[in-house]
Amino acid sequence: MHVEEKLTPETFPAAPERATLEGKNKFLGFWLFLGGETVLFASLFATYLALKDKTNGGPSGEELFQMPIVFMATMLLLTSSLTSVYAIYHMKNFDFQKMQLWFGITVLLGAGFLALEIYEFYEYVHEGHKFTSSAFGSAFYTLVGTHGAHVAFGLLWILTLMIRNAKRGLNLYNAPKFYVASLYWHFIDVVWVFIFTVVYLMGMVG
Amino acid sequence: MSTIARKKGVGAVLWDYLTTVDHKKIAHLYLISGGIFFLLGGLEALFIRIQLAKPNNDFLVGGLYNEVLTMHGTTMIFLAAMPLVFAFMNAVVPLQIGARDVAFPFLNALGFWLFFFGGVFLNCSWFLGGAPDAGWTSYASLALDSKAHHGVDFYTLGLQISGLGTLIGGINFLVTIINMRAPGMTFMRMPMFTWATFVTSALILFAFPPLTVGLIFLMMDRLFGGNFFNPAAGGNTIIWEHLFWVFGHPEVYILVLPAFGIFSEIFATFSRKRLFGYSSMVFATVLIAFLGFMVWAHHMFTVGMGPIANAIFSVATMTIAVPTGIKIFNWLFTMWGGSIKFTTPMHYAVAFIPSFVMGGVTGVMLAAAAADYQYHDSYFVVAHFHYVIVGGVVFALLAGTHYWWPKMFGRMLNETLGKITFWLFFIGFHLTFFIQHFLGLMGMPRRVFTFLPGQGLETGNFISTVGAFFMAAATVVLLINIVISVKGEKAPADAWGDGRTLEWAIASPPPVYNFAQLPLVRGLDPLWLEKMEGKKELTPAEPLGDIHMPNSSFLPFIMSFGLFVAAFGFTYHQETAWGLPVGILGLLITFGSMFLRSVIDDHGFHIHKEEVLELEKKGANA
Repeated sequence: MHVEEKLTPETFPAAPERATLEGKNKFLGFWLFLGGETVLFASLFATYLALKDKTNGGPSGEELFQMPIVFMATMLLLTSSLTSVYAIYHMKNFDFQKMQLWFGITVLLGAGFLALEIYEFYEYVHEGHKFTSSAFGSAFYTLVGTHGAHVAFGLLWILTLMIRNAKRGLNLYNAPKFYVASLYWHFIDVVWVFIFTVVYLMGMVG
Repeated sequence: MSTIARKKGVGAVLWDYLTTVDHKKIAHLYLISGGIFFLLGGLEALFIRIQLAKPNNDFLVGGLYNEVLTMHGTTMIFLAAMPLVFAFMNAVVPLQIGARDVAFPFLNALGFWLFFFGGVFLNCSWFLGGAPDAGWTSYASLALDSKAHHGVDFYTLGLQISGLGTLIGGINFLVTIINMRAPGMTFMRMPMFTWATFVTSALILFAFPPLTVGLIFLMMDRLFGGNFFNPAAGGNTIIWEHLFWVFGHPEVYILVLPAFGIFSEIFATFSRKRLFGYSSMVFATVLIAFLGFMVWAHHMFTVGMGPIANAIFSVATMTIAVPTGIKIFNWLFTMWGGSIKFTTPMHYAVAFIPSFVMGGVTGVMLAAAAADYQYHDSYFVVAHFHYVIVGGVVFALLAGTHYWWPKMFGRMLNETLGKITFWLFFIGFHLTFFIQHFLGLMGMPRRVFTFLPGQGLETGNFISTVGAFFMAAATVVLLINIVISVKGEKAPADAWGDGRTLEWAIASPPPVYNFAQLPLVRGLDPLWLEKMEGKKELTPAEPLGDIHMPNSSFLPFIMSFGLFVAAFGFTYHQETAWGLPVGILGLLITFGSMFLRSVIDDHGFHIHKEEVLELEKKGANA
């Protein structure tokens, strides 16, 4: 199918993200990129596990981590992953307005997560848990902060796509872009599941 | 022609190369800049050898020697060998699979410019206080102790930028090879160099992120008060060693697998015979890549990981000799019974086998953990990895340069000069490095800037230095050859007359769209098959039509330039007021151009059928 073709709900392909060669390439290339990202986060996790008890006299994870705020952040991010699934569902049905709506909700939930994370970091710093205070601090902020930076980038990315395409609707040029952004969002979500488990749950149990 | 018109021409060519997304031109860019860095790294090697020519020499003393030594290794691996490998991947792989371009032409250009600016940034250190001096492995204990100047920061940020480019290149080739193969080009019909590129790209994808993370840690520790490697605050320097070698060992295969691929092409072409054991070659390539990830800690036998870990990594390392041996025998059997033509590339290929096998044998010696305690950090190790990297990779790069030069530039290189280059280089290489095995066994440590008289090290070191000058002479002859090739013999499509793969089916240099009609591939060595059936051209898989092409863009250059600016800012942010704003400005340039790339539609353009016909006619007459 051609990129610039005008489409209707009837002619819109079932897998618009892979209907053109460019889309196919983007789809595969992005999956591979996520493979590389996985190794990146694996390296960060490994370092965190090696350094998590080296608090240099500062507060430990057990003392710092508060379940309510982390649990709330987790719920926001997991829900945002679900809402992005709805967005892609509507994209495949060629319903642009509903797709925008669900991506909008995704962005709001993501922004909520980010706000909680910033608040959480702010609190930790006040309690003496800084990036520069110990090896634990460096490893913690690098792992969780890299994830947070991914969330921020993902938010800006989805927002840019929504605004850029607000007036022209869906076509086979931008459908792969939306799809790939949602893949990225799911990936961020999966990484958070591991952070929640390895950093927070294991940290609180000790 | 007036001088003004000519000047305009130069500007237009420059702009063309700054904005190009054509894989063939990007290959030129990689070849030229990688070649310049290769000369730079070679010069540094010469300085090292001059210093070590006699005992107690004072040519390069102490700190400066450390800088030259560090930059020699770093430049050769990251800025010479890798981009030269990428030059051939770009020049050849899309042609070998019958594609019009790579999957992501824009990203291809971005990958190049990231590598380029990373390399330039790293070398700026020479003029700004001092170059990195903690060795190419930049072990954290040394790197954190290097406080006299910003050298190591240039290392962390420069490699970070160029590493990003490499990662992008790797993803690009994976997608290109999976998605863009011509009709009939199944995986098991792909030429060995394409297979090597495919597997190498997978290695890049999984090996570079650990380096990225390690470099982030080192940057954080040196510039932003981090404590990853600071034992006083609970940090651990061994983490750097693990991250570096999880990257560093696969890196060896990232370099050497494409070398194997280049030689596989050359052996088959000039033995005028199908590559022996093609499927076992593919199997061996994949197996080497897989095992390559399991052996990183053999660089760390003396760290104190304990006998169990050492034993496991020792055995895993030795198993790599098995698939490598498969390859060696397949190359020998390819030549056996073939009608061999001793061209310059074939000289390198034949010389590669014994040279590389020696590097492999010392590799197995080093893999024996108990024995490694004796060899560790001695010139024996230096001899070993130069036998692998020079005897394997550099031989392949020189062979590939002679082999594909006609395809890339449309002119033949002079064969006589090529053979002179070969003999000078071959003799010089063995003269330099063979003796270093014995210097190492006699106890000469690596990375130390001098040695004392009366310890039996004088003769060996002097011979080694003489050898280095042979290699320098070889390089000069190669450069002369390249310069005179501008007026040399024009290369036909099938430049060597014995081409087997698709790149030899189209004009040299190929037209911008590569194939007027995508070819139908009917087996391994598709061009050879057609020639054996008495045909002169490939069987087309599609009717002649309009060809879709990507637009040129200046954005890749700007994006990379932004990171270059940012790296300067962050390097100096601790002691200057302008550091942080400049760093942020650089990032804004990069992210701003990424934003532009996202919001401006880029549909490319079409070359119309009539133009294609005209260009084809011209190409056929040329």
